[in-house]
Amino acid sequence: MNVLRSHISHVGLVLSIFAVCSTSLVVFTKYNTRDKIIKNERQTLLKALNAVIPRTQYNNKILGDTLYLAPNKQLGTNHISTVYRARLNGMPVAAALTIIAPDGYNGTITILVGIAFDGRLIGVRVIQHKETPGLGDKIDIKKTAWILNFRGLYLFNSNVSKWKVKKDGGALNQFTGATVTPRAVVTAIKKSLFYFDVHRNELFAVTEIK
Amino acid sequence: MNELYSQIIRNGLWKNNPALVQLLGLCPLLAISNTVINGLGLGLATIVTLVASNGLISLLRKQIPDEARLPVFMLIIASIVTTIELLMNAWFHELYLILSIFIPLIVTNCAITGRAAAFAAKNEVGPSLVDGLMMGIGFTIILVLLGSIRELIGLGTLLSESHLMFGESARGFSIVVLEDYRGFLIALLPPGAFIGLGIIVALKNIIDAKNNKQDETIKSIIEPKTLAKLL
Repeated sequence: MNVLRSHISHVGLVLSIFAVCSTSLVVFTKYNTRDKIIKNERQTLLKALNAVIPRTQYNNKILGDTLYLAPNKQLGTNHISTVYRARLNGMPVAAALTIIAPDGYNGTITILVGIAFDGRLIGVRVIQHKETPGLGDKIDIKKTAWILNFRGLYLFNSNVSKWKVKKDGGALNQFTGATVTPRAVVTAIKKSLFYFDVHRNELFAVTEIK
Repeated sequence: MNELYSQIIRNGLWKNNPALVQLLGLCPLLAISNTVINGLGLGLATIVTLVASNGLISLLRKQIPDEARLPVFMLIIASIVTTIELLMNAWFHELYLILSIFIPLIVTNCAITGRAAAFAAKNEVGPSLVDGLMMGIGFTIILVLLGSIRELIGLGTLLSESHLMFGESARGFSIVVLEDYRGFLIALLPPGAFIGLGIIVALKNIIDAKNNKQDETIKSIIEPKTLAKLL
């Protein structure tokens, strides 16, 4: 009995030593890489932002000038959206919205939409998606340039009906082999333009929207 | 001594290949083998982890009590993978962005636990490192092979999106094998992975059956039963 007991405590001791050592290794690495990782992530985000709002158009610290929007119907998403606000000498220039579209063919699609203050679409990028390789993934700039078609478009009352893929009777090109995916992207962009049009001033004025 | 190493190399690359014979690590293998570049990425990350975990476990094997070996292996492997992930995120951020989806998958690769239990826990550091390297290379070869088959049939290309891994200068690496190919989606989707791997395993078995009809004494193969006991 005593032998068993001492054996069990030995195994337990060794196991806890291993647990402490491996956890310490992870903690040590995490601690020493944290600053570098934060810097890398900010740079990656900044690169994405500069793809939808050219760097030359603003001079504020865009990563710090953010706003979080609660999930809402107008934006058609049930996730929190982040707004990055670009200003030139304090005057609003443009905003980049991250929208998580719920209706991709294969789950959610995260889109970064850059909208100028006058409502013109400056640039759009798909940040994250799980669409079918070879079909739906053409929305990704890494695969095709389809997403660049949106550059410079406006949303007017007169052209709302055109803001659909051609298959749905609109004016926007889809691509061969997929309808659901481009439809989801187009809808998300349209809704963010609508949202921006209505909330433009608040978006740049307030620090937080409930 | 040389005999031992050449046996380890033969085992890793062919006789006891983790993907073809032990059929370990199927979850990442089937999921990430839709293109050559994806396969290569997961393969390289797996090699590094296998070598590191085999080495460390072999080094510590005398300290690891038999009863607690599996939790200890898991602790070691999980912390190695997390450490590699953090280091890559910090120092090779571009590469990390591409491989980051594969890295957590490595923890689920039971080929790593399998090699720890079947080899590293019983052998010296030198052979264990070589075993990790060879098993990793064997796994990578199958990943790349399956990736080429699926990419060729599915998209009609090879090495597409090389720039994701080798940088912008590698854009020219990708080869369009079949011009104006309409694509064959099933090869890219999960069924393609199962069918492709099945065909590769079958081919290996045909070659083996031809080569060594009498040589039935492949002692080093872990039978599924033994493996169940080990794990």
